[in-house]
Amino acid sequence: MATEARKPPSQFWARLRGILGGHAGWGGFAFQILFVAALAWVGYEIFANARANLQAQRIASGFGFLSQTAGFGVSQSLIPYSETDTYSRVFLVGLLNTLLVAVVGIIFATIIGFIVGIGRLSPNWLVARIAGGYVESVRNLPLLFQILFWYLAVLGALPGPRQSISLFDKFFLSNRGLVIPKPLGEGGLQVFLAAVAVAVIASIALRIYARRQLFKRGRIIVIWPYVIALIVGLPALAVLSAGAPVTFEIPQLKGFNFSGGLRIVPEFVALVVALSTYTAAFIAENVRAGIMSVQKGQMEAGASLGLSHGATLRLIVVPQAMRVILPPLTNQYLNLTKNSSLAVAIGYPDLFSVFAGTTLSQTGQAIEIIAITMGVYLLISLVTSAIMSFYGWRINRSLGT
Amino acid sequence: MTSSSEPFVRQELAPERRAPASTTGIIGFARTRLFNSPGNALLTIVGVLLLWWIIVPMLHFLLFDAVWQGSDRNACLAQNAGHPVGACWPFVQAKLSQFIYGFYPEPERWRVNLTFALAAILLLPLLIPRAPAKVTNAALLFVAFPFVAFFLLYGGGLRGFAVGWSADVLSNLIGSIGDAGAKLTSLGLGQQLPVAALLLKWLGDGIVIASTVALYLVFPLAWLQRQSLASGQPVWADLAVTALLVSLAVFFLSGGFRNGWRPLFTSLAIFAGIGIIIAVMGLDRGGLPVVDSRLWGGLLVTLVVSVTGIVASMPVGVALALGRRSSIPLVRIFSVAFIEFWRGVPLITVLFFATYMLPLFLPGNFTVDGLLRVLIGIALFAGAYNAEVIRGGLQAVPRGQSEAAQALGLSHAKTTGLIVMPQALRHVIPGLVNSFIALFKDTSLVSIVALFDLLGSLRASFADPVWATPTTLFTGFAFTGIIYFVFCFAMSRYSLFVERRLNVHRRS
Repeated sequence: MATEARKPPSQFWARLRGILGGHAGWGGFAFQILFVAALAWVGYEIFANARANLQAQRIASGFGFLSQTAGFGVSQSLIPYSETDTYSRVFLVGLLNTLLVAVVGIIFATIIGFIVGIGRLSPNWLVARIAGGYVESVRNLPLLFQILFWYLAVLGALPGPRQSISLFDKFFLSNRGLVIPKPLGEGGLQVFLAAVAVAVIASIALRIYARRQLFKRGRIIVIWPYVIALIVGLPALAVLSAGAPVTFEIPQLKGFNFSGGLRIVPEFVALVVALSTYTAAFIAENVRAGIMSVQKGQMEAGASLGLSHGATLRLIVVPQAMRVILPPLTNQYLNLTKNSSLAVAIGYPDLFSVFAGTTLSQTGQAIEIIAITMGVYLLISLVTSAIMSFYGWRINRSLGT
Repeated sequence: MTSSSEPFVRQELAPERRAPASTTGIIGFARTRLFNSPGNALLTIVGVLLLWWIIVPMLHFLLFDAVWQGSDRNACLAQNAGHPVGACWPFVQAKLSQFIYGFYPEPERWRVNLTFALAAILLLPLLIPRAPAKVTNAALLFVAFPFVAFFLLYGGGLRGFAVGWSADVLSNLIGSIGDAGAKLTSLGLGQQLPVAALLLKWLGDGIVIASTVALYLVFPLAWLQRQSLASGQPVWADLAVTALLVSLAVFFLSGGFRNGWRPLFTSLAIFAGIGIIIAVMGLDRGGLPVVDSRLWGGLLVTLVVSVTGIVASMPVGVALALGRRSSIPLVRIFSVAFIEFWRGVPLITVLFFATYMLPLFLPGNFTVDGLLRVLIGIALFAGAYNAEVIRGGLQAVPRGQSEAAQALGLSHAKTTGLIVMPQALRHVIPGLVNSFIALFKDTSLVSIVALFDLLGSLRASFADPVWATPTTLFTGFAFTGIIYFVFCFAMSRYSLFVERRLNVHRRS
């Protein structure tokens, strides 16, 4: 008769020790207690000091100031804003401006970065050297230096509105900023947008269908003629049936300034140019590393399978390179967003400048305002890195490592 | 039939083929690397045009059309110079001292020069791999030099030494802990719940009693401090007592009479060195005249901020990296939160935090110098970034290394300090240099919080109407740009050099 299997010895205490103190055991636990006590003590000191100092300097505390009237103007706002609006409105204006700079900067930085990164690997010696020189010179100068250079030296040296540089008499570049025709929505706008949306959705559906067919039955469906027909045809049809979606208000020079048109403030131009060229240099290095990480054999294997050069690039090289490029690329996007806070140096009304700059100096509530500002940037970073770690997890899962 | 059975032998020479296109020499190079296809030829032409448009105006601006001599803006105006004017170098000459020293008083500038020279003398042998005595050199540069530099640049003297300071700090700390205990006790008295009241009272009383006991333990130190103050030469008496105490402790801790002699001599030599520095700089007699940090500026501030940031961020980074890999849960959570917090916010918010929030967190009678506040912020910020770099290095050290060390019977601290950390740091030298380059560039941000670093001085110099010409701005940017570029480019090249040297065994 088989004897009953012995129960394993009680792991309770060992487990508890591990949970409370890690490998260091009870010593680690004691260390933790001391650590927390020290932190609590520091926290208490900070809290007590802050309260005493705020009382001594007669600074209000709490978030009540958010509903007070701001009373200062903002040079660029995506949403209606006037001086009688509250500080919370100012916060929103600044946040939207930050996001605007970030999005526009990211688009340009990506385009320039990919061009330069591919250029550095070009078989053409001169192109590779020029791209390398660009990366080295831009990366080794401080970003603030570049922002100030573009803003003070380059844009400051532009002529006044009367002598502005014009392109087709529709775009005007002067020291008052870039003035471009302003699109005005017409009656056909809604129909037009709806047509575009339908075309895009239909194209995506078509692509999904083609992929399914490819993977299930091995049928190759060429979809790009249909997609182009959809994307071009449907909106064109909408324009023909419902009339033009937008008309443009051409800026006119009146007196010493422009009337009409859309004015892009010079601060925005300088910030976007500096941020995107600076970040592009880093993106170029990431792109180069990504492409170089794909082994030469992959290209040769694709060719030996009978794929064309384009198909090899599209189906074999780019997906593998993107896996390497994407995480540092997101990091660069984050850096660009964080660096957009340097707008405060040239007075572009981004989140940091209007909130931690003007609002802070008006209300004096440093703790609340800096905490909110830091919180916003922190939130953006944490959400992005959460998405990235999810992406990395999926990649690792699909590779089975 | 005969002809088919005979082997074919060629009678006449085959016609000469044309030599293949040369792939060497300038022509061959141009053919293979520049004009090998129509697309590439087009790219080459575009590239040449681009370079032409960039380099020629640049040379004209910097050299050919530049004005080299003059005393004010008139020299740099096109109508006076008689040709289109490029860079206005007299502007840089006039503002050079401001770009380098800021408003540092003229008669005291030798101190700044001496500091720069000392740093260069200590730094160069450290960068040359073959130079001897790396450890001593590094210790001098990273430990001794910062103190010397502080007393050189800021000035002032000492009123005591380690015994006095530790007596002061400890008694203040213990007093503050005792206060907290007393507060807890009084909080307990106001509680409604009897259990909570009792717990709080016990906790408070316990802390008060512990702090009282600690005060008695510190008493000998306080007594020594009073004695050295009474001796008339407080610095020297304190230094002697400290040297004696520390050297004895080192002697007995490292093996006593059996093998403690060498550490004893090292310790005494270090204290003798400290004594010599104190004597030479006259720190016991008040030292050099104090130059307030508000007068500092230009390259001086840029270098002070970046070097201090680099030196101070290293221990922070090592501690955070170890904390993040620690198995003690709360330490790990704290390190992760700390690192992610600093890495998630822009540096400029950190500088604002240091400038506007930090003074609120400190006791009201305790004011911190503006430069020091910024330095604290930058050290924490750079520390968080360094921590991630160092963590990468720690992960690259194979597990077997620490397991082998444990099998040899080394403690956790010795395993980390002697086996794992040196290998990890070797791995991450290039990464660290990169983060130092980033830090060096980021120091330009201090100009936003009203410190006049190189960029801040440049911006301030633009406001001078004496030099207001159309090309002043470009000249200033060109000059500062070259300085920044030289520093960053040198660092990045050095990092590449080290990387290649470290990877010698891996190169195929």
